[in-house]
Amino acid sequence: MNIVVCVKQTPDTAATVSVEDGVVSWGDSPLVLNPWDEYAVEEALRIREAHSGQVTALSLGPEAAMEALKLALAMGCEQAILINDPALEDADPLVVSKVLAAAINKIGEVDLVLFGRGSVDNDTGITGPQVARRLNWPVLSLVADITSLDPEGRTIAVERMLDEGRQLVRGPLPAVVSVVKGINEPRYPSFMGIRKASRSEIPIWSTADIGLDEVPTPAMTWPEIFAPTKVETECEMIEGETPEEVAARLADRLIEEKVI
Amino acid sequence: MDFSLTAEHEMVQKMVRDFAQREVAPTIKEWDRKQDMAPHILPRMGKLGILGVCFPVRYGGQGMDFISLGLVCEELEAVDTTLRVVMSVHTGLAGLTILQWGTNEQKKRFLEPLAHGDLIGCGAFTEPGAGSDIAAIQATGKRDGDQYILNGEKMWISLATKADIAIVTVRTIPDAAKSSRSLSTFVVDLHSPGVTTGDIHGKLGVRAGSTGWISLQDVRVPVENRIGEEGEGFKVTMSALDSGRYTVAAGATGLIRASLKASVDYANERRAFGEPIAKHQLIQVKIARMAQDYEIARLLYLKAGWLKNQGVRNTRETSMAKQFATAASFTAASEAIQVHGAYGYSDEYDVERFMRNARGALIYEGSNEIQILIQADYALGHRRDKPLRCEMPVYDPIDWQEA
Amino acid sequence: MANKIFVYIDHFGGQVLPASWEAVGVARSLADQLSSGVTAVVLGHEVEGIANQSIEYGADQVLLGDDPELKDYRPELFAGTLSHLAAEAQVLILPTTSRTRELAGMVAVDLETGMAPDVISFEIDGDAVLATRPIYAGKLLTKVVCREKRPQIITLQTRAFPKPEPESDRSGEVVRVEVVIGEIVTEVTGYKPSEAGVSLADAAIIVSGGRGVSNNPKLTPPNEITDEKEQEIWRSQQGFALVRDLAETLGAAMGASRAAVDAGYIPYAHQVGQTGKVVSPDLYVACGISGAIQHLAGMRTSKMIVAINRDSEAPIFKLARFGVAGDLFDIVPALTQALKERLGK
Repeated sequence: MNIVVCVKQTPDTAATVSVEDGVVSWGDSPLVLNPWDEYAVEEALRIREAHSGQVTALSLGPEAAMEALKLALAMGCEQAILINDPALEDADPLVVSKVLAAAINKIGEVDLVLFGRGSVDNDTGITGPQVARRLNWPVLSLVADITSLDPEGRTIAVERMLDEGRQLVRGPLPAVVSVVKGINEPRYPSFMGIRKASRSEIPIWSTADIGLDEVPTPAMTWPEIFAPTKVETECEMIEGETPEEVAARLADRLIEEKVI
Repeated sequence: MDFSLTAEHEMVQKMVRDFAQREVAPTIKEWDRKQDMAPHILPRMGKLGILGVCFPVRYGGQGMDFISLGLVCEELEAVDTTLRVVMSVHTGLAGLTILQWGTNEQKKRFLEPLAHGDLIGCGAFTEPGAGSDIAAIQATGKRDGDQYILNGEKMWISLATKADIAIVTVRTIPDAAKSSRSLSTFVVDLHSPGVTTGDIHGKLGVRAGSTGWISLQDVRVPVENRIGEEGEGFKVTMSALDSGRYTVAAGATGLIRASLKASVDYANERRAFGEPIAKHQLIQVKIARMAQDYEIARLLYLKAGWLKNQGVRNTRETSMAKQFATAASFTAASEAIQVHGAYGYSDEYDVERFMRNARGALIYEGSNEIQILIQADYALGHRRDKPLRCEMPVYDPIDWQEA
Repeated sequence: MANKIFVYIDHFGGQVLPASWEAVGVARSLADQLSSGVTAVVLGHEVEGIANQSIEYGADQVLLGDDPELKDYRPELFAGTLSHLAAEAQVLILPTTSRTRELAGMVAVDLETGMAPDVISFEIDGDAVLATRPIYAGKLLTKVVCREKRPQIITLQTRAFPKPEPESDRSGEVVRVEVVIGEIVTEVTGYKPSEAGVSLADAAIIVSGGRGVSNNPKLTPPNEITDEKEQEIWRSQQGFALVRDLAETLGAAMGASRAAVDAGYIPYAHQVGQTGKVVSPDLYVACGISGAIQHLAGMRTSKMIVAINRDSEAPIFKLARFGVAGDLFDIVPALTQALKERLGK
């Protein structure tokens, strides 16, 4: 199996994120491998362990995103590639999907592309489906379980997590899969992996390297980023002698407020 | 001069931090209340390679350096002291002592299972009547053919009831000219006949860990389990404490960091007199002190770790690092309680546990009073390091990572 | 003249998701502002009833793609047809569901245009829609706009816009359209019912439990459970049973904090927060949840928050309208009882 796992570097979810003059900052919180992508990396590694082959971690981002790729290497990916091009600074999902699809084509003979269900920063959750569309491969998104995978028969069967329950789908390879939390328990990088990752040279590809003669123009722009207005709620503490008394008062207040 | 950590160090740090935060932090208060050690901790630390982080790969370790060992301890104790105690006694007292003084055969036999956590190790030196005064050890070992027969009581032994093997120092030459030449050190299989162990409850701190006693009654130990020569036990034990102390120093640094972080978070949230208490200067004094102490403690242990990597004796530097960091960690935790006010006094918050946990380290692995005497002796020229028959090997990444 | 505003109606098992009607409402008001009409797109099999309903909710025209091949949602088939139908639209509006997010993204690729998911509000700026959507799980908001390309595609965050009242006397036309069926490659082989009961996404009330649900000191696990972890899980099940009773009394969905999910107390489908579901119900009752920043990010836009937690200093109380500093094991069953009496259940 030749597997590509697309990853992104994001601020830690514990970060307090703020914005000043349109620039987003997250204080001294670390940048990490997008938490949802950890599940994708883990799933890629498990598939490789079961069916052999190799896993390539692919990221589009600034040079700092090397750190996220190094983590993927330390977890056990065979190689990592960073797509970094100043021309891609304002890339929107449409551009990102075009670039990733071109890179996947350049890697060549890929059987499976894995994504996390989204990224915890922009959280559009559409990069996987868009890349699939560009590759003209089927997309199996929100996958909670890969129930069977047959590299020779070129088929994959999954359980997708819809709001209404799970949808069982079978499709051919190559395919694009986006995974949700719960599909696995991501491993920590091993010390051996850490050593290998910290010594590895991660190649940087430009748009020219992946055969895009010109950088596509983004369709979307972000004229303004701002903090939501703080809702000042005064918390009314409900007190009483017994739990029953507290509960009765709270129930009365909820009915008064017409929320139930 | 380069104060930056390598990419490798940073990844080690993050990996151990993630482990401790994800797998230990959520339940640590419950285990602390129960006065018991979460059963998954030792197997997980073994499986992840943390227990053998700084042993050479050919002995089953991960081939990382002593700085990594320090960083691991800092990260672990930032969550709970009991985790770092595991590193002190299993990796430090047991593992590193065997690495330094053991024969190749002993290293092969013991380090590999220790590295993977297949065997858990501890160090058993102190006795009901012998703490800092190692030369006053009462436990005895009598040679009987190709065996020794060990008798005695060891007390305040971390992991006593969890460990499979203990590094035990006993008196084997009762008539030696100097009592320090009368000691020998052994690897004792704690499953052998005559060994009984128990936990001590009612400790002030490290309640989510195991601290206990080991009783030896006519325990037969093969001569090939002796670490070092007959009569070398004092030196072996002192080396063990050098290794253990380093982990204590690094860990206490993590405890200062945790107290600082808890205090900063709380001071920014909690309001009094119409503003966050972080705006109050007397709170700021406490925060500044913690920040400074963290920095000093960190520099001290990292320097000791760097010396260890070079293979340079570091008894003096490690002593300073241990004494400073443990004292500062107790102060920081106590001040963190003050920052938290009455809430800090309750176990809803972490800081009261930090303070209870910090207190022990002022006593164990050489009390802080002993550390001051060591430092004074060096400064006054009363003490000079003499070469040991077995020095801790220089950290050579190529050699240590060779399979 | 062709309608400028298109809206996609998402449905499952013959039922239209309420969020789809919210989208029709938005499409209607946008069309009124632009003096145009609303075209709804309904794709599926035996979904004519849904087409008629769409008119009642505000569509002027419905493009109905009814085909046995569309019985089950499959992104490739649905995207192909939708791209074909909506190619000339000025704005294409969809609800945000586990189907439409990717569907909108794939249509955007087909039509080489911009797409903004999870939109919570918007304004008209010239002939463009300036949409506001949360980023960093709502810690920040961003305005996004697609100036040049058409259609502009937005998916609306569930419950961010009001659901219009249906008017049974509204009139409109239903036009049957050909569906674009290319090479069919995937096959839906079945469904498993939801683990979550009431879906978190469109619940008006959510009752959530945190890690604290396993901490009831008054409970002793049965003797046959000896493993510590299993005892903990058993305790958590007793705790979540209390949360579930309250949820059922209120007709609410059941949520959980990440800590509770990670500890194995409850499936991931229930997780509220930055790495779970971002929700915005009318009432959010947090039981034994202290309020980690990731959790708050996922529920902070709830219209009213009630917090029940032992530690009265917990961050959750900063967002709460009503708070109880107490043990959830005492308060939650008492509240369930009090509400049952008052709601006549």
